[in-house]
Amino acid sequence: MKRHILTAAILAGLVVLAVLASQLLGIRLYDRIVTNLCISLVLVLGLQLFMGNSGILSFAHMGFMGVGAYTSAVLSIPAQMKGMALPDLYPFLQGVELSPYLSIAIAGVMAAVVAAVVSYPLMRLSDAAAVITSFALLVVLYTVMTNWSALTNGPRTLFGLPKATDIYLSAFVAILAVIGALIFKESRTGRLLRTSRDDERAAAAIGVNIPALRWRAFVVAALFAGIGGALWGHFITSFSPKAFYLKETFVILSMLVIGGANTVTGAVVGTFIVTIAYEGLRGLEGVLNEAKVTGEPVIGLTEIVLALAMIAVLILRPGGLFPTREIGALLRRRMETRK
Amino acid sequence: MTFAIQFVIDVLSLGGAYALMALGLVIVYGILRLVNFAYGELIMVAGYTMFLFSGSGLPWLVMAAVAVIMAVLAGIATDYVAFRPVRAKSVTAVLITSFAFSTLLQNAALLFISPRPQTVPLPALFSQTVTIGGAITPLRNLITIAAAVILLALFALLMRRTVLGIAMRAAATNFTMARMLGVPANLIISSAFAISGFLAGVVGLLWIGRIGTVVPGIGLEPLLVAFIATVIGGMRSLSGAVIGGFLLALIDTTLNYTLSQDLLKFRDAFTFSLVILILLWRPEGLVKGPATGQRT
Repeated sequence: MKRHILTAAILAGLVVLAVLASQLLGIRLYDRIVTNLCISLVLVLGLQLFMGNSGILSFAHMGFMGVGAYTSAVLSIPAQMKGMALPDLYPFLQGVELSPYLSIAIAGVMAAVVAAVVSYPLMRLSDAAAVITSFALLVVLYTVMTNWSALTNGPRTLFGLPKATDIYLSAFVAILAVIGALIFKESRTGRLLRTSRDDERAAAAIGVNIPALRWRAFVVAALFAGIGGALWGHFITSFSPKAFYLKETFVILSMLVIGGANTVTGAVVGTFIVTIAYEGLRGLEGVLNEAKVTGEPVIGLTEIVLALAMIAVLILRPGGLFPTREIGALLRRRMETRK
Repeated sequence: MTFAIQFVIDVLSLGGAYALMALGLVIVYGILRLVNFAYGELIMVAGYTMFLFSGSGLPWLVMAAVAVIMAVLAGIATDYVAFRPVRAKSVTAVLITSFAFSTLLQNAALLFISPRPQTVPLPALFSQTVTIGGAITPLRNLITIAAAVILLALFALLMRRTVLGIAMRAAATNFTMARMLGVPANLIISSAFAISGFLAGVVGLLWIGRIGTVVPGIGLEPLLVAFIATVIGGMRSLSGAVIGGFLLALIDTTLNYTLSQDLLKFRDAFTFSLVILILLWRPEGLVKGPATGQRT
């Protein structure tokens, strides 16, 4: 961890800077954008923790975000609201009304437990088989969320979550996530996992238990996703299962890929760039819709631009903007060469 | 007896469509060991071509031919945009670019056409029904079965008897060796994408014939079906993909007839859990493919 203190400080500084800027400007819209950015950071860092260290693409991340969001919702929606929000809820859960902060923590643990159980046998797989099973896992989680009406209100919108996430809480959790991802990267598990990423056979030959290591990373990643999902739930206060499917997976993935999946710096920088681009393009879509340039509403422009950016980055710089070294290491190296 | 005939026709027609979908996915996978996430969008392209030509007054068969050609072109475009530039760099990169390309096509349809379902012209033949042994069945089910049989036969002929087919099988078995013996890599890969697009185009026509409309997200279900079928049948084997397609249709149809309404909602969760289980039990699938060769 020592070698990453500079990196942690810079990345945490970026988050603090974003919060300060939005507070000083005092525009409510910026407040919302920065909160969203911090929540995305938690999710992207979780995905980076698994993908960056193990080298395996995972589509299931969003599913665990959903698990977290729904867990926290069920535990924290006020008891008198539950009759309306979740009419078919099991009796033993009807009276439960925890503080949202406690339920966010439980949501993270719940997502991690679900991940631990379902992913244990999957971690033996590599390459395309691993990707297809993670895709299958996303579909399974989505189908369950859409149809388990008792807990999720089915495909309909679930409402009534207490608003608990503000800009400071989300920024605090985002900074913790940065530090957590860096600690994991330098842990024994993280280092061994990266050896298996670079050469699976050589790693196995020196006695690395690859499935067990991948499993640990996957569970920690799900913990991040669950907490991120719960934070988001208490920020947006009403959502439906659609929020945890392919479109959102694409956005999170674009943040990670454009920044660079192998480094924490890349994850953070990618999240900042994509969030800014996303909000800018959404604004542009809004303007075009107001101006009624065409008869039809303008939708999909944002995704088209993001997809093109993703393809371009992968062609020109397959590792993303920060392919191998963290920002702290890059700066230190530059200082040393100057001396 | 009537029920048995009904059941068999349902399984065969669904299985025929599933088998073609799976074949289109696995022909690319067999050579490159890479999954094409933009495969479903080839079906979408065929559907929207039909929609755009619906007012042109051309005979239906001409429109259908144009739609299939567009799907072939979209398949080749997938190769050039998402696969060729990053193929040599990393597996993950290609999976992500093909996922991005799929999002790109879907959102282009959203932006330039419409998010609402669009009606696709269908010949009257598709909506007629016939009675076989007491079972009433839509004629399009029989058309699907016939199309699947003809295409599978043609495909088998192509793979076994022509130079292109033999070269493609060689490339799927050992890509490096095939290249050393003078098989042009890029041509083979582009041909695989073209065939994949052709199969997707034909399946798209049959698939959209069931629903009658096309929406930007139409490709997801065929993609999932192709995934499941290829995983069940064996990711590396062409015959495995066909078997997997029919097996999946058998499972789906059986579940449709036996599960109660409450559980039927979870059908996708059941089938996908099955995929996970099969991958664990036999990561290679039911039918083993040729021995592994190196990817380029």
